Amino acid sequence: MKTVKHKILVLSGKGGVGKSTFSAHLAHGLAEDENTQVALLDIDICGPSIPKIMGLEGEQVHQSGSGWSPVFLEDNLGVMSVGFLLSSPDDAVIWRGPKKNGMIKQFLRDVDWGEVDYLIEVSLQDVRKEINFCHKVKLPIIGVVENMSGFTCPKCQKESQIFLPTTGGAEVMCQDLKVPLLGKVPLDPRIGKSCDKGESFFAEAPDSPATLAYRSIIQRIQESCSLRQPKGENLVGS
Amino acid sequence: MPWKMDPNTACKFSGAESETLKQRRTQIMSRGLPKQKPIDGVKQVIVVASGKGGVGKSTTAVNLALALSANDSSKAVGLLDVDVYGPSIPKMMNLKGDPELSQSNLMRPLLNYGIACMSMGFLVEETAPIVWRGLMVMSAIEKLLRQKIRDFISSSERNLYKSDKVIFIIHILQRAVIVSTPQDIALMDARKGAEMFRKVHVPVLGLVQNMSVFQCPKCKHKTHIFGADGARRLARTLDLDILGDIPLHLNIREASDTGQPIVFSQPESDEVSYISKYVF
Repeated sequence: MKTVKHKILVLSGKGGVGKSTFSAHLAHGLAEDENTQVALLDIDICGPSIPKIMGLEGEQVHQSGSGWSPVFLEDNLGVMSVGFLLSSPDDAVIWRGPKKNGMIKQFLRDVDWGEVDYLIEVSLQDVRKEINFCHKVKLPIIGVVENMSGFTCPKCQKESQIFLPTTGGAEVMCQDLKVPLLGKVPLDPRIGKSCDKGESFFAEAPDSPATLAYRSIIQRIQESCSLRQPKGENLVGS
Repeated sequence: MPWKMDPNTACKFSGAESETLKQRRTQIMSRGLPKQKPIDGVKQVIVVASGKGGVGKSTTAVNLALALSANDSSKAVGLLDVDVYGPSIPKMMNLKGDPELSQSNLMRPLLNYGIACMSMGFLVEETAPIVWRGLMVMSAIEKLLRQKIRDFISSSERNLYKSDKVIFIIHILQRAVIVSTPQDIALMDARKGAEMFRKVHVPVLGLVQNMSVFQCPKCKHKTHIFGADGARRLARTLDLDILGDIPLHLNIREASDTGQPIVFSQPESDEVSYISKYVF
């Protein structure tokens, strides 16, 4: 992709760890600089949630002279998702056959993004397995984000590890597999709420520890991208 | 001359005739839909589905299986983990290993806590990626399915609604339970799930609202981390029952991670009472 400077794949272990949420906020964060062109691509055919999280539900895609045009949230932030192709949010997407899936994915990838600094692609894979795969094909791994990492009670400030796995979590995994741990994003009820409303969590809660965590992670991603070749991978785990 | 229907003639298509017409139409339309094909020896199949990853299907399915078994020890309960790409049932049920083959070349499920289990996780290494597609996955699931167990709970993977796998699983579904967290994003997918089951005539027993609230262990303050009561609202819209409201509790997660599901390891706990309430 000549017109894309840095392609970032966001992968995850299980479903439901927060890839879409994270990707959306990565896109928001990067696009805060008006001079950075950001693209967000959601290839989830079954449950595309990116349109909702970005507040773009009901938008339509159309063809321009040079291909399919993404939906622009801001001048410098374009979004593409199969969700834009469904006529109603209630449509159960029962696609049949690998060929059809392939066609859809092809369509999504053949979007005319224009000149893009960062293309964020949200996909669906298994973290640990994927890390091995990446090493095998020498796809550079930017790092792992531990999501939903801890919850601070708003009343007494006690920290609870709701989803902490008993085998050490992302830190241990990163050490084992020799990939950087980019950061830990804590749980904050306002994150889910912002996503449901289609708003940026950063605007909603600029002082939340989660916002600080996101910003630090985004910065590390930017640094990592500027140091290397255009293609990189970012893994989300919780 | 264009033929126009006489309004009087049109009226004749109401009443009994239109019933037959309706039935016939349903019949024809359902030709494309998969037919029910029961499994030998299995009386009741309940699928625990969601459409959204990470809402707690596996945890719910495991604890539901145990609760059913504890409630009536005369019932044989089985647990099938249809998640081909990321099976979590083996870990939660503290089971590992190679299933033996019976005389008739069927795989014997592995047993723990009185529940017979089958999962792709028993057939492949924990860290091996599964890059199968379409037909291969279907035939794998077919092999996993044909076990001789009476009651049967299947924890479906999130991508159940994708391509051929959907069509295939429908063959044996009788009832569905849909799990969701209160968040809109998750409910969107749960709604699609409910729609799908409706389309293929699988009755949905109801919705389970999981991870509904978190109570701080220190000060007991309650926070609705993923939103409040979203699932209840959806249930009302879809005219479904809310089967249960399960809070986020450290104990549940710890129990699952160590392979000692909470219904088994702490049967008297509050968390379990939430689950038991709706099982029966």
